[in-house]
Amino acid sequence: MTQPNPIIDIRGLNKHFGDFQALSQVDLSVETGEKVVICGPSGSGKSTLIRCINCLEDYSSGSLIVNGVKLSEDNRDIRVVRMEVGMVFQQFNLFPHLTVLGNLTIGMVRVRKMSRTDAEERARHYLERVHIPEQADKYPEQLSGGQQQRVAIARALCMEPKIMLFDEPTSALDPEMINEVLDVMTELAATGMTMICVTHEMGFARRVADKMVFMEGGSIEEIAPPEVFFSKPESARCRMFLDRILVH
Amino acid sequence: MNSRPVSILLYLVVMWLIVQLAVNGAASMGYNWQWYRIPQYILAQTDNGIQPGELVTGLVRTVDLTVRSFLLAVALGLVVALLRLSSLVIGVAVATGFLEFIRNLPLLVLLYLIYYVCGPVFGLDRYTASIVCLAVYHSVLISEIFRAGILAVSAGQWEAAQSIGMSRAQSYCYIILPQSIRFVLPPLTGEAVHLIKSSAIVSVIAVAELTTMGRNIISDTFMSFEVWLTVAAIYLVMTLMLSIFVTRLERKFSVASR
Ligand SMILES: Nc1ncnc2c1ncn2[C@@H]1O[C@H](COP(=O)(O)OP(=O)(O)OP(=O)(O)O)[C@@H](O)[C@H]1O
Ligand SMILES: [Mg+2]
Repeated sequence: MTQPNPIIDIRGLNKHFGDFQALSQVDLSVETGEKVVICGPSGSGKSTLIRCINCLEDYSSGSLIVNGVKLSEDNRDIRVVRMEVGMVFQQFNLFPHLTVLGNLTIGMVRVRKMSRTDAEERARHYLERVHIPEQADKYPEQLSGGQQQRVAIARALCMEPKIMLFDEPTSALDPEMINEVLDVMTELAATGMTMICVTHEMGFARRVADKMVFMEGGSIEEIAPPEVFFSKPESARCRMFLDRILVH
Repeated sequence: MNSRPVSILLYLVVMWLIVQLAVNGAASMGYNWQWYRIPQYILAQTDNGIQPGELVTGLVRTVDLTVRSFLLAVALGLVVALLRLSSLVIGVAVATGFLEFIRNLPLLVLLYLIYYVCGPVFGLDRYTASIVCLAVYHSVLISEIFRAGILAVSAGQWEAAQSIGMSRAQSYCYIILPQSIRFVLPPLTGEAVHLIKSSAIVSVIAVAELTTMGRNIISDTFMSFEVWLTVAAIYLVMTLMLSIFVTRLERKFSVASR
């Protein structure tokens, strides 16, 4: 089934690290507003794939179109795309030398060239959205992991991206903090944001995903809507993987 | 915790032994001590009232020379470090060539090269040539300090900066370098101590700094023991003060970095 005018269109994507092939012939298209959850065993290329979408990795061959821009070596295009794509990392990667407010405003002020007052206003708005308006003047190290990750989400949202990428946003968190982050992500999904999440939180996936992707050994083994994906996946490997993680 | 008093005590003992050695040695060769003549070279009593003596004038020159070359060395060192870390093939080649060239020359030869060869070509006076020489020489080590400080910032910080659309220059300016400072500042101050000491070498091209002043006084008065001991003491006070500052700084940053 071909979908009209996808916001992300990946065709035959290959990625090599030296001799090692991390991605092979990956095809994936994502509609505006669609929520895609990617899962798969460690080393299967999930991070590599979403890092390619944000140009944090370059790819070896194939084609990758994000928001109508074909990603290539051209530096200017890359920055145009990055401003439309927000990314949330497993390790939060907040800027430790800046306060929460500083973390949120620096991109708006330096990249979007907004005035400081406008930037702060928007920053406070998004802190409200991730339910930590009172932490604005703290430094990242003074926050819990869950709060840090929510700051990271707010930082990405402040750039008002069209697409949000999440790379295992909850796997560095203590169990009691996972839900506060997933709740924020669920609320974000409800606003119609286009999202690609690498996660093994299958409860979240069932609730939010429009499309489930299973990766193994650098290629996509299965793409299906969650109802199909969780009940009768075609690939045997995918079934084994699901059995393993759903038991726990 | 009581290693500090012990090391100060040890230091005083060693200094005392050196002084004893000098005094005894001087006595055995019949040296005529004239310490009373030294103060006039520090603060001179003239018709216009009290004026800085020659040694103090030299000290001011040394400080001026050190500060200027240090600032230039830091700027140059940062540029070299950024070039080496850049993805520009030419940048890396230029930086590496510069490093290898400077690193493998004796400081004295570098000074002669800059004063006698570059000096006439670019019209550098001896003071400027000295500043350039010291700056170039020390920029090599300073660039290593910056390089290490920049690499000490985790790769995740680069990725986060890029993911909010920052260019390489913006990432350096707002994210990476501000975080490198705490790795860089203590060794950088250490390098300033080193620079004060190597500044004495410019006395060979007769820049009127502390060491040159000392030599001039001796050629007039033949008081080599008194003058060199005084000059050494002045350098020592300067470098010790900076070193204590470095230790403070290191302690502060190691606490702050946890
Ligand atoms: N910079 C790199 N250099 C060399 N190999 C790499 C690099 N980054 C990733 N790889 C390799 O590519 C493969 C895919 O890595 P990737 O990080 O995309 O896996 P993943 O699916 O995200 O795994 P995980 O669940 O552990 O995060 C792995 O085998 C990894 O060793
Ligand atoms: Mg990963």
